[in-house]
Amino acid sequence: MAFCALVSKKALGSALRSGAADLGSGLCQIRRLQTFSLPDLSYDYGALEPAISGEIMKIHHQKHHQAYITNYNKALEQLDEAIQKGDTSKVVGLQSAIKFNGGGHINHSIFWKNLAPTNEGGGEPPKGALGWAIDADFGSFEALVQKMSSEGAALQGSGWVWLALDKELKKVRIETTANQDPLVTKGLHLVPLLGIDVWEHAYYLQYKNVRPDYLKNIWKVINWKHASDAFDGEAA
Amino acid sequence: MVHAVLCFHYSFQNLKQKDQLRGSRRTSRIVAFYGLTAPPYELDALEPYMSQKTLEIHWGKHHRAYVDNLNKQLANSPLYGLTLDELVKVAYNNGNPLPEFNNAAQVWNHNFFWESMQPDGGYMPAAGLLQQIEKDFGSFPNFREKFITTAMSLFGSGWVWLVLKKEEKKLAVVGASNAVNPLVWGDIPIITLDMWEHSYYLDYRNDRGKYVNAFMDSLVSWQSATARMARAEAFVNLGEPKIPVA
Repeated sequence: MAFCALVSKKALGSALRSGAADLGSGLCQIRRLQTFSLPDLSYDYGALEPAISGEIMKIHHQKHHQAYITNYNKALEQLDEAIQKGDTSKVVGLQSAIKFNGGGHINHSIFWKNLAPTNEGGGEPPKGALGWAIDADFGSFEALVQKMSSEGAALQGSGWVWLALDKELKKVRIETTANQDPLVTKGLHLVPLLGIDVWEHAYYLQYKNVRPDYLKNIWKVINWKHASDAFDGEAA
Repeated sequence: MVHAVLCFHYSFQNLKQKDQLRGSRRTSRIVAFYGLTAPPYELDALEPYMSQKTLEIHWGKHHRAYVDNLNKQLANSPLYGLTLDELVKVAYNNGNPLPEFNNAAQVWNHNFFWESMQPDGGYMPAAGLLQQIEKDFGSFPNFREKFITTAMSLFGSGWVWLVLKKEEKKLAVVGASNAVNPLVWGDIPIITLDMWEHSYYLDYRNDRGKYVNAFMDSLVSWQSATARMARAEAFVNLGEPKIPVA
């Protein structure tokens, strides 16, 4: 039986090393290094005004997120090479760059989907299962908003504040992560429903040092539909 | 040398609860709090490399907020009454920072940062400091590259420092996250650059490289650095002085 032997230039080395016998026995190593690219926003840069300015959205998307992706791709290439060579030191040494840049890519990809213009449902509180879960675990929607805003404001330095679904306990709760650490670094059983970027680049041009104002206004453009869908998808 | 400005005021308390105390007591309480140190130049003096707008917000809002919040915390804190240097070290608590650490360290860091810059700064240090840099980094360009690379490879918020390491008796470049500064490791800071986004975002957006280069080329105060090195040498023996032999 012929298996597809689609190998990239990089993987060719490993296939040759493992010997033609592997291919002959029917086991084919398909190794393609995936490169990542910047996902499009489903709304215009200016569509979230006045909560978040178009200038911020444009730079945040085209410069910051793109930089994380570019550096993530670079780190993955270096990781691939290090794995091929069996250079364990290098593999371990690359972990922080991968966590940072890969995390930055994950987090921002979620963030763009967490936002929606007000005329497309942005700001509308969640109904259905997520709404009930929030009432059950926080008391009320307003209490959640207040708590999440204050945790976001209190975060020192750079990071994210999350509304997370704890798959094990089947509860929703608030988590924070530092720098670009994705939510999974706080627990593999945590699913991000909603993430708010509290790095200064997310609000500085508009709100300067008044992070609490940014956190007050961002709720007007939060896409609760996406959070609900994510919740329904996991909690089912 | 950086000093926090301490302001004093007196308050008299007249305790009248006779059933709780034996007789009335009059006490005077001296309360000291930290003040906001101003940069040693006008807020527009660093243009165009660091705009007046940035200084107004960075100093007038961020730095001021750290001072105000620190004073608020210290009003009811057992850490009240220390000098700022002492407070930073004590509040760091060997890596398990107390609530006061962030504000205290950020006050210290920003005081130090304004003094690490000057109008018409940049270029190169002279004489003794240059020799020490060449000795510990190989060359000034090597040092410059190390400083820039360290600044650029910081993840998230932080500061990059040129320090004199007490144990190794050498200059070194170190990067640290958030508010951590070399005092907590017992090293002597010589210059610092703020790599928190608020320090450069208004002027450079996300172009950190341009900001760091501008600091090195046009802002860093080698005069301040030289003065600090001179003081540091009182604590660290960098070798025998070269006394010319007749």
